[in-house]
Amino acid sequence: MSTYFTEDHEWIKVDGDTGTVGISGYAAKALGDVVFVELPEVGAEFDKGDEAAVVESVKAASEVYSPVGGEVTAVNEALEEAPETVNASPDGDGWFLKIKIADADELSSLMDEAKYKTYCDGL
Amino acid sequence: MTDLLKTALHARHVELGAKMVPFAGYDMPVQYPMGVLKEHLHTREKAGLFDVSHMGQVFLVPKNKKFATAAKALEKLVPADIQSLEPGQQRYSQFLNEDGGILDDLMISRLAMEGYEHVLYLVVNAGCKITDYDHLEKHMPKGVEVQVKDDTLSLIALQGPRAAAVLGTLAPAVHDLVFMTHTDLELKGELETPVWAHVSRSGYTGEDGYEISVKHEDVGRLVDELLSYDDVEAIGLGARDSLRLEAGLCLYGHDIDTSVSPIEAGLFWSVQKHRRSADAGYFGAARVASDLADKTTKRLVGIKPEGRAPAREHTEVQDLDGNTIGEITSGGFGPTAGGPVAMGYVARKFTKAGTDVQLIVRGKARPAKITKLPFAPHNYYRGA
Repeated sequence: MSTYFTEDHEWIKVDGDTGTVGISGYAAKALGDVVFVELPEVGAEFDKGDEAAVVESVKAASEVYSPVGGEVTAVNEALEEAPETVNASPDGDGWFLKIKIADADELSSLMDEAKYKTYCDGL
Repeated sequence: MTDLLKTALHARHVELGAKMVPFAGYDMPVQYPMGVLKEHLHTREKAGLFDVSHMGQVFLVPKNKKFATAAKALEKLVPADIQSLEPGQQRYSQFLNEDGGILDDLMISRLAMEGYEHVLYLVVNAGCKITDYDHLEKHMPKGVEVQVKDDTLSLIALQGPRAAAVLGTLAPAVHDLVFMTHTDLELKGELETPVWAHVSRSGYTGEDGYEISVKHEDVGRLVDELLSYDDVEAIGLGARDSLRLEAGLCLYGHDIDTSVSPIEAGLFWSVQKHRRSADAGYFGAARVASDLADKTTKRLVGIKPEGRAPAREHTEVQDLDGNTIGEITSGGFGPTAGGPVAMGYVARKFTKAGTDVQLIVRGKARPAKITKLPFAPHNYYRGA
């Protein structure tokens, strides 16, 4: 399994043709305490860069963009009752959705973990 | 871009690890490492310390040393009754324009110190203070001097159920103040040399607490002393906003501005009875009287979204048939309320608590109810 990152701080963990999507620890920390997560419907189709979910902290709402195009196959319903999981475990239990990747070539434009770390250090 | 102004506590905020943001021309702490949510809850449970030195502090000094001269002059600009203020009393009011729109909201105090009982002390919003000072200069008669003290005075707020116990160790007399009264005294406690302070029992959180005005050169060591108490944490503007929203208190530029009158903004209580007629003699009195009589005007109300999704500022409010009836002016998550909370304007026939409405959040209609303010009970100290 490989994990890729976007410049907007989403991550996608790829297992076969399915990707699990969440937001990075850097993003979770920057947002502060997450109080609400709005998830898409299972079956929704997104292009790369489409707004896929919304994450709200005490102060503001932020969009979560789909790192690649594809169809949503599952969402993390546990976040509806426990949105704070995004802060507690951004790269684990705080995942947002699973997507069936339409075109694996789109992954090549994303950053690997080392590149993403360098990217964050420069922010 | 002009350089941001810094309060006398700026270096301490940075040292405490605050995230600094531009606010009303100042570089201010929006949160400390604790985070907005915990800062909010800490203030409700113990005591929070806020730097509000960006706000404007100004004195109105009648040259004839007669309080009535200053009071009558200020009464032309605000709907509140000022002449009846006793030394040591404080009142909330608004500067109104000739159309009755709100130019700013402010706190007005009559000093209690012997020999200064003729002086009025005003605290105004940071974002409005330059225009407020111009407004005062323009409308105060020659016999009333406008003394802006932003270059000499800092302002901090200590808010929460432990505020009195903490400040009481520096000066026991602060226990005797009741909500919306003030005094001038020395704060001592463990301080090496005392700090002369103007202390009022008031605030912007809905909790018991104090606002403390001291000289710039004293504010640092006073803050260090207050933060040395386990019950006291530094609190940023983020939690200040969620605390005041739960308390149902208006934020200028959001819930109130020149487009609304104090009556529409639900500030009826701040206009004393004999000041509600069109001939009361202040700017905007006609609007206040007509908004009271006119059932078609809008009102600021509490709005409780059902479910967990916060509804932010500018969210459209609809009736159940999908007709637009108003707009949210402040909205977010209330940590004490344990869910989303909001305030906004709706047409007067929808203002009854319990009325079902819907909020259009990201294109989706979400159910909500008109509700009584505040969302978190006020814990003001009104006497033993």
